[in-house]
Amino acid sequence: MSTATSRSTPPTGLSRRHRLAERGIDSQLLLLVPALVFVLGLFIYPFLYGLGLSFQPTNGGGAFADYQRFFTDAFQRDTIWKTLRLAIPAALFNVLASVPIAYRMRGRFRGKRLITTLLVVPITLGTVLTAEGLLNFLGPAGWFNRTLQAIGLIDQPLRLINNYWGVFFSLVITGFPFAFLLILSYLSGIDPTLERAAATMGADWKARFRRITLPLLAPGLATTFCLTFVLAFSVFPSAILVGNPTGETRVISIAAYQAAYEQYDYPFASAIAMIMGAVELIVIAVVLVWRSRFYKGATGGKG
Amino acid sequence: MTRKESFEQLRLDNVGRRFGGQDALQDLDLTIRAGEFIALLGPSGCGKSTALNCLAGLLPLTSGSIWQDDKRIDTLPPERRGFGMVFQNYALFPHMTVRSNVAFGLQMRRLPKAEIAERTAAAIRLVQLEEHVGKLPGQLSGGQQQRVAIARAIVLEPSLVLMDEPLSNLDAKLRLEMRTEIRRIHQSLGLTTVYVTHDQEEALSMADRLVVLRSGQVQQIGTPEELHTRPANWHVAGFMGFRNLLELDATRADGGGVVVEGHGLRLTGAPASGVSAGEPVVVGVRPEDIVVQPRDSGAASARDAAGNEVPATVEVVEYHGREFAVEARTRSGLAFHVKTPERVAPGNEVTLVIPAERLLVFPRGDERPPAPALERSEPSLSEVGST
Repeated sequence: MSTATSRSTPPTGLSRRHRLAERGIDSQLLLLVPALVFVLGLFIYPFLYGLGLSFQPTNGGGAFADYQRFFTDAFQRDTIWKTLRLAIPAALFNVLASVPIAYRMRGRFRGKRLITTLLVVPITLGTVLTAEGLLNFLGPAGWFNRTLQAIGLIDQPLRLINNYWGVFFSLVITGFPFAFLLILSYLSGIDPTLERAAATMGADWKARFRRITLPLLAPGLATTFCLTFVLAFSVFPSAILVGNPTGETRVISIAAYQAAYEQYDYPFASAIAMIMGAVELIVIAVVLVWRSRFYKGATGGKG
Repeated sequence: MTRKESFEQLRLDNVGRRFGGQDALQDLDLTIRAGEFIALLGPSGCGKSTALNCLAGLLPLTSGSIWQDDKRIDTLPPERRGFGMVFQNYALFPHMTVRSNVAFGLQMRRLPKAEIAERTAAAIRLVQLEEHVGKLPGQLSGGQQQRVAIARAIVLEPSLVLMDEPLSNLDAKLRLEMRTEIRRIHQSLGLTTVYVTHDQEEALSMADRLVVLRSGQVQQIGTPEELHTRPANWHVAGFMGFRNLLELDATRADGGGVVVEGHGLRLTGAPASGVSAGEPVVVGVRPEDIVVQPRDSGAASARDAAGNEVPATVEVVEYHGREFAVEARTRSGLAFHVKTPERVAPGNEVTLVIPAERLLVFPRGDERPPAPALERSEPSLSEVGST
């Protein structure tokens, strides 16, 4: 087709417009302008500004002084580990817990809307309300501990808030609905007749899941993990409210907040933010490399 | 490909399936003998796919039972029935190569690796896909995907192969080829096949026996010849190419046939089942059984044919290669579909001669035939092929 157009050379203006349109360049592209302005103004510019700022340390010492300072100070450096220790397990839990629930809920059945609504409600709550709830529910005198004590399972109340577990629960409550909704939509994109075909070929449900559903779902799992991981990695309010912000849940965003608004050292805060972004990118890159080993084409369903 | 978990016969006993309050399938009684090719035929929504899914175990029954010789199998899950199935959309695993798709069922049986490789290769050879073994289904054409689906179902040497409209997504030429192919595989492997289709020609040409379904109810079970020459009721007739279905009244029924009247016509026909005088009836005749004669050319010869003569005006003429499909309308406004080798033109006055033995008279029952006839209006495959 392209040879045909190049051989016959009609008035050049027209043919050039056709050639451009064939590559998707036409006046409809103008519709992208507002979005482009928005992205440039609210994302690219602040990012580059922050990046530039991080190379201009307040106390001098070269462009990388703030990065050096972060990595030589164990108190700061450990925030990376502390945040990863929260975000990776929480994201993994959210993804893995969503799979069986979404798997059961693929089809149509009575009450599906209600159950989906109940599972998704936590999105609407916001972190602060969740934290309040957790403080009341899981606190030393909360219902959870009182119930366990009442049925004689424990003598002393379990410490479930103002430490690692408080933040972990909070991340699960806010992150699970996202993971669940995403995985549900990925799962319903897989043609259900594939599993039925596997069944007629003698595969029991375990084999069907392992050989058919899981490989087709893997790219969706990777994407979902990345999204919930990024959400969890930037945890801030719940790390303060239900965590132990001076100890085991002093996450990286707290370090950046303290640099910016307690020490008023914006360049250092920017450096921390850049490090935060770099760590996220590394984790995502690892996941995407893993994902690239799987089939990525159509899954036969409504997609 | 010799070993088989064979059976003598498979018996469906009063099988029924309801969806909500609706009967998708009612009281299906059918005995399938080993080696038979059975076609379930009917318009969409008639319950034929439901019947197939019930057989496969993908849908639980709401009534009745299925017996493989003396073993009740309708309570078994699909993976333990050992039936092969070819799906309408093929349902190939998109993330596996052709080879892995075919090998999947053998792997599920935990057979030795060497045997899996050997049988997979043999099945792929059977459907002539040797050069595509390493491709993913997405890289294959529709016909090739179809072959993979068949290879995947038969590599397990199933006691029964179920096919759910396997050719409906293919173009006309390929459909004819695959029809022969499926029949060939069925015969050479000695398979037992249940084949679902809405295409009467496909069913007639492939099956040993046909089951005609309508609204979940069995209309008739019989050999292609039985169904073609003696449809049990006008629903089946409509599906078997009796495109002209007319609502008339029987005025006389005796040894000489049935006389039917209405719409200004008086015709003599053969009763397809018990018809008594005074009953409302539906008469059916195939387009190819009607002879078209020009009005002026000897009316005497027409009388000799001992047929019914119906004067009519040609309205629509379609060229179908060897013949013309003609729609002619009588003075009372009835439309007749006719096939004729003679060239006629719209507006011609003609006489339609309908042989009495080819005009089947059915009791009308509760329903009325739809005003336009039941057969689809596209030219059927054989006519396309013959041009």
